[in-house]
Amino acid sequence: MVNLTIDGIKFTAPDGTSVLDAARRHGISIPTLCHHPKLTPYGGCRLCIVEIKGIPRPVTACTTPVTEGMEVTTINPYLEKLRRTTLELILSDHPNDCMVCEKAGDCTLQELAYFYGLRENRFLGERRIYTKKDGNPLIERDMEKCILCNKCVRVCNEIQGVTAIDIAYRGFKSKVCPPYERDLDCEFCGQCIRVCPTGALTGKMWTLKGRQKDIKEIDTICPYCGCGCNLTLNIRKNEIVRVTSREDTINEGWLCAKGTFGYTFVNNPARLTKPLIRIAPKNSNELRVTSYELKNKKDSEDLSLITRHSSLEKSLVTRHSSLFREATWDEVFDLIAKKFTKIKEQYGPDSIGSLSSARCTNEENYLFQKFMRAVIGTNNVDHCARF
Amino acid sequence: MKSDIKIKVCMGTGGIAAGGADVMNAFNKELKEAGIDASVEKFCSMHKVGCRGLCAKDVLVDVIINGKKTIYQYTKPDMVSKIVNEHLIMGEPVAEWVAGEDYYNFHEKQTKVVLSDCGNIDPEDINAYIAVGGYEALKKVLTSLTPEETIAIIKKSGLRGRGGAGFPTGLKWEICRKVVSSGDSPRQESDQKYIICNADEGDPGAFMDRAVIEGNPHSVIEGMIIGAYAIGATKGYVYIRAEYPLAVERLRKALTQAREKKLLGKNILNAELNFDIKVKLGAGAFVCGEETALIVSIEGQRGMPRAKPPFPVHSGLWGKPTVINNVETLANIPYIIRKGADWFSSFGTEKSKGTKVFALTGKVKNTGLIEVPMGILLKEIIYDIGGGIDKGRALKAVQTGGPSGGCIPAELVDINVDYESLAKVGSIVGSGGMVVLDETDCMVSIAKFFLEFTQAESCGKCVPCRIGTKRLLEILDRITRGKGKDGDLELLENLGNDIKAASLCGLGQTAPNPVLSTLKYFRHEYEAHIKDLKCPAGVCNDLIEYSILEEFCKGCGACIRVCPSGAITGEKKKLHKITTAMCIKCGACFDVCKFDAVKKG
Repeated sequence: MVNLTIDGIKFTAPDGTSVLDAARRHGISIPTLCHHPKLTPYGGCRLCIVEIKGIPRPVTACTTPVTEGMEVTTINPYLEKLRRTTLELILSDHPNDCMVCEKAGDCTLQELAYFYGLRENRFLGERRIYTKKDGNPLIERDMEKCILCNKCVRVCNEIQGVTAIDIAYRGFKSKVCPPYERDLDCEFCGQCIRVCPTGALTGKMWTLKGRQKDIKEIDTICPYCGCGCNLTLNIRKNEIVRVTSREDTINEGWLCAKGTFGYTFVNNPARLTKPLIRIAPKNSNELRVTSYELKNKKDSEDLSLITRHSSLEKSLVTRHSSLFREATWDEVFDLIAKKFTKIKEQYGPDSIGSLSSARCTNEENYLFQKFMRAVIGTNNVDHCARF
Repeated sequence: MKSDIKIKVCMGTGGIAAGGADVMNAFNKELKEAGIDASVEKFCSMHKVGCRGLCAKDVLVDVIINGKKTIYQYTKPDMVSKIVNEHLIMGEPVAEWVAGEDYYNFHEKQTKVVLSDCGNIDPEDINAYIAVGGYEALKKVLTSLTPEETIAIIKKSGLRGRGGAGFPTGLKWEICRKVVSSGDSPRQESDQKYIICNADEGDPGAFMDRAVIEGNPHSVIEGMIIGAYAIGATKGYVYIRAEYPLAVERLRKALTQAREKKLLGKNILNAELNFDIKVKLGAGAFVCGEETALIVSIEGQRGMPRAKPPFPVHSGLWGKPTVINNVETLANIPYIIRKGADWFSSFGTEKSKGTKVFALTGKVKNTGLIEVPMGILLKEIIYDIGGGIDKGRALKAVQTGGPSGGCIPAELVDINVDYESLAKVGSIVGSGGMVVLDETDCMVSIAKFFLEFTQAESCGKCVPCRIGTKRLLEILDRITRGKGKDGDLELLENLGNDIKAASLCGLGQTAPNPVLSTLKYFRHEYEAHIKDLKCPAGVCNDLIEYSILEEFCKGCGACIRVCPSGAITGEKKKLHKITTAMCIKCGACFDVCKFDAVKKG
């Protein structure tokens, strides 16, 4: 532990902590745009500059480790003047179209501009103009809004290990882009969207679906795999408009492509929400034909895939009506129990086999094998993840 | 009596550009025809040498007969046969081509340490370096000095980093020597240290490091080996610009020869020193001259600086303790060891010891590479070494330190040239660029030129440098186009000072210097651009107008003939007239008029 003074107050902080962390831990806020607690310090936005006694020029709090007896000043008129200039410079090269920006209300840059009351700008001049061109249906890149905080580059490199993007060019023309400025072609995990402090990176699927203030947040577990990442569903008008994750969870706020973008099935009209009981004979071909069509359509990379997908599935549901009828859970459980009992009595418990899913929780999988062994009386238990 | 003839042809990049290779071929051919190399009485040898400084008079050729040296300037291949016939055979120098007073004035006030063997020895032959005492310093260090004693000598000499910042070299070595742990594992002894030679010389107009490597690569290598011994490094890198192909070639040749002589590799000179050097080519980014950016560039990443601390001496290349020294700094080392710390510190001032190499360019008569003792008067450099201002014009300012430096106005020409004195007037020694400006140079345009450079070379990492320099440049641009506004000068100063304070690395922290220093000393010139819409030096095209002065015009028609846009009319022997609306301000009429009848302004 080292002893230091921040803004006249004495603190202790563990060795190796940055001045920024030490200050924040004690409730002293220092503005930043490029800092993320889980990424290596960058020192690019120059907003967290502080004065340290004995060092002739201001230094960035995020990159400076605490030392014994350090005396730090985080706020004074001079530092605030430098921060204002830096912010003004950023805004002088920014579209400033907050009224239509997807990020408005959840944007660090907007917050800081408000906090510093930057209504006018002394440095109006050339602004970078880029065309949007990505064809992918998931990540929207608006590079004019990029402030080159490098968070997306670092998260892609340090957390995801993909290194799909980096900074290219020099000077004013510096730009974050994939190699050779090609279209984004990566895992589409969306981590970059998660850390972007401005509207430069957003999800295409959640465009115009609602501001953050209108969102109700509901925590749940990701249904996709056994990792069990924590999800926070962002709900507006009873519809999931995007998925986020909290940083204090088992997955530290990071998600994969499925967790981030794979939520549309929830509101898909083809999704079964009630149990069905078969009414038509099993050898009817209708269903199989439709499934085949659906599978072929999946090969298409067309952007309208999702819409066509759902219209096909709608027809699937209507066809259900001639094969199945809706029922209540009580009714189907009775039916299952009756049929299993009959099979068990007729052919013995080992005539029944079971397959569980990696999408279920540990508890569900435990109960499932318990049910097979204790109730049905067989060890024929298996799991999709074993194959 | 057998006469001993030596011919030395300047074959630095400047010499080659002036036709050095052709001159050498011509000598070869003439010598063969004359049969001199076969003759018994006359023993003749010829070799190439590196730059000796006075590039403006290239190709320079030394002819040394029995120790008597004659220097020919502006040598062309067709002059060679006369030199061979009259001088080499008959013994009479060709007086009309021999370098005159200028050449000797240029060298008189110089003190050559780093450049002492440049332009004298064959840079591609290790034996030539050894013959003038090369690698003796290394022998001395390895046989009689401990690393600590070596560092003590360098500390005592007062040598400071020649790359620009002027950090004491001995101290840097000492800190690195004492580092026993590296970055992540504080309790573990560091298994590896590195020494890096920074040859990523990028200032516009500066070529000190290139000349040293082209002219005497072994001095740099010897300096590196001694440095490696002192700090305990076993691996070294030379980070050199790919735009210096000749320097790279000669450096590689020198490294190969050094390895053959067991001066690199395992058990150097049978001592317990293992050290080898790799050459790493830069990809053309100016910012990679900044040490942390240079390190990540060697590591294979985009060259962007990071915040210090930790300093490279604690956590440098691959996180290991690393010393980064400039070419000129390292080239000083062998001479200091050989001749002693006291000898070195006898040059220079109290705080700035030794000599410094400058690339003297601009409007002086003698441009080229000079080495002067620290503390020499600026006017001595300009008037004695440089030969004064070209075409008899008046000195306006001297720009030192390249894009990180500032402009020193003519009235301060009496100052000493050393780290402290230049810093006091708002400029820096820097890596050694020195551009002399005269009355025809517009200070706003000069500031704009350097800002264009730093803006284009900003790595883009931090906001003040990336966007701030762009805005500075835009303001300067509108001033030079006559669109300057009230308050622009205050805005320049405000923004400039904020960029200096808030930027991450040396590039951003010094980028506004050309603007701030010209604003400090030449504010009236900025004001003339904004308020009177005039460029006093007549440089900014948007602010000048060409007209013909009635009293001088003879009606000769010369201007009519050269005008590319047909803007000048008039009959022969009568007053000519320029139609301003058609004038494209190329200045051709101004240049061609023999009677000074064309007025610019």
